[in-house]
Amino acid sequence: MLEVRALSKRFGGLQAVRDVALDVPEGSITALIGPNGAGKTTTFAMIAGFIRPDSGSVRFLGQDVTGMRPDRIAALGMVRTFQITQPFAGLSVMENIRIGAFLRDANPGAAEAKARAVGVRLGLGPMLDRPAATLTVAGRKRLEVARALATQPRLLLLDEVMAGLNPSELGEIVAMIRTVRDSGVTVLLIEHIMAAVAALADDVHVLAGGALIAQGTPKDIAANPAVVEAYLGHGAAARMAQAGKAPDGAHA
Amino acid sequence: MSRHRRLLPWLAFAVLLALPFSFGSQFLVNLAMLTAMSAFLGQAWNIAGGFGGLTSFGHTVFFGIGAYSAAILATRYGISAWFALPLAFGLGAAVGAVIGFASFRAGLRGSYFALVTLAFAEAFRVLATASEFTRGGQGINVPLDLGLASFQFADRRATYVVIVALLVLAMGVAAWLRRSRFGARLVAVRENEDAAAALGIDIVRTKTAAFALSGGLAALGGVVYCQTYLFVDPLIAFGVERSVEMLLVAMIGGAGTVWGPVLGGLALHLVADTARSFIITPGFAPMLYGVMLLVIVGLLPGGIASLRGRFRRA
Repeated sequence: MLEVRALSKRFGGLQAVRDVALDVPEGSITALIGPNGAGKTTTFAMIAGFIRPDSGSVRFLGQDVTGMRPDRIAALGMVRTFQITQPFAGLSVMENIRIGAFLRDANPGAAEAKARAVGVRLGLGPMLDRPAATLTVAGRKRLEVARALATQPRLLLLDEVMAGLNPSELGEIVAMIRTVRDSGVTVLLIEHIMAAVAALADDVHVLAGGALIAQGTPKDIAANPAVVEAYLGHGAAARMAQAGKAPDGAHA
Repeated sequence: MSRHRRLLPWLAFAVLLALPFSFGSQFLVNLAMLTAMSAFLGQAWNIAGGFGGLTSFGHTVFFGIGAYSAAILATRYGISAWFALPLAFGLGAAVGAVIGFASFRAGLRGSYFALVTLAFAEAFRVLATASEFTRGGQGINVPLDLGLASFQFADRRATYVVIVALLVLAMGVAAWLRRSRFGARLVAVRENEDAAAALGIDIVRTKTAAFALSGGLAALGGVVYCQTYLFVDPLIAFGVERSVEMLLVAMIGGAGTVWGPVLGGLALHLVADTARSFIITPGFAPMLYGVMLLVIVGLLPGGIASLRGRFRRA
């Protein structure tokens, strides 16, 4: 459904993203993980049309969308959310979601009905008529997802929708993302929280220092020494293996 | 109940509009006419500036285009000002689209956009002063030709009715913005451009359309002005004071609302004109405008129209 090839972006002297290639198969939940500053959000922004890549290509549903405007890409059915939530602060929660619904439905009444249905589905029911500015962090994350879903996307790009949530909220949002996938929407997500990635993702890509260093199932990734080093520092994998051996000197 | 409540402001509005007829005082008719014109121009500004957050500092450029359209059509071609109305709307919308498209494509926002609009208005003023086509700095006198066919009225009350019709038209456009998809998208762009783009809104097109609509409406005001005073010159048409008054009326009354510019027009004219008749020091009126704006921005950022919500909550 989504094919990214050799995507690169340089900001001044910093090579933010280098030669990133990844595929998102239809119906999957694919995760993009990596330490802070690895280039995940920049990669997202290039895929969704917010930043023009220096080189490389993005194909969505077989069509080349490299460098296309974000609103055009959204109209094709690929919609992103923002890591730093971007509510329309002066509008109510329902009006926020309705902006998304307007993409497929020009009639205000019909769009409102759809917005309310999506809002209720994502647990925003009691908040629908409150100003978006009064939502909690968890509420704002839900609103991001609700607005994007109201556009009826084929592919949903979720940028750290779980950051800053408490464990019970986390459980709810994991269940919510599964429901979204089961309703036929393909999901590509950026996430820090490994437990959530392990629970959700079919396929994980690991980004470090702007380049992809590993790809596989969550299980493969957790066992990959290169990934452990990227998160914990050079030599960490070896030291952990050493530490594991030390007590009785018998473990492999 | 809520339906009745919604009718209440319209009822009050109707009574207010009828007031100048019941007394027959020339002063009152003049005051009502000026207030209605301010409210109309404020509402025209509000379409782009209030709903879309496109704070123009040079909206008089459209007013001036309208005024010159009527004057030039009448003096050079002998064509009735009725035809100046659609022409002015078209020219105002076209110039608005050009200024808007160029600025929004370049990503100009906030004070940068305000400066560009101010520069355009000044450029038009200089052009009108220099060009023979607009009779330069001496301006254009439109020959007196009273009658419905030539859109000139001996009775100021007739002019007043025309301006009120324009005001109601502009308020209708504002009411449409509050209900329609276009209006919702315009507000979304005002609130957060990145989020709007992510949800499929073409930002440049939405803002350009709003600016063009706002410009077309403001140009209609220029036509009526020209037909009332039968004179236009570069300062009347493109002077910066009118631009400032347009945004003041909208912001004091309540930007992005249907009733704001009406309240703002009333506040500005009732307070400022009354004060001005007592204190005749030059520069007093602009100073008073400044104080009013400061008070509103400091104490009531939503304008006078936001008082209603405060009372309801209390």
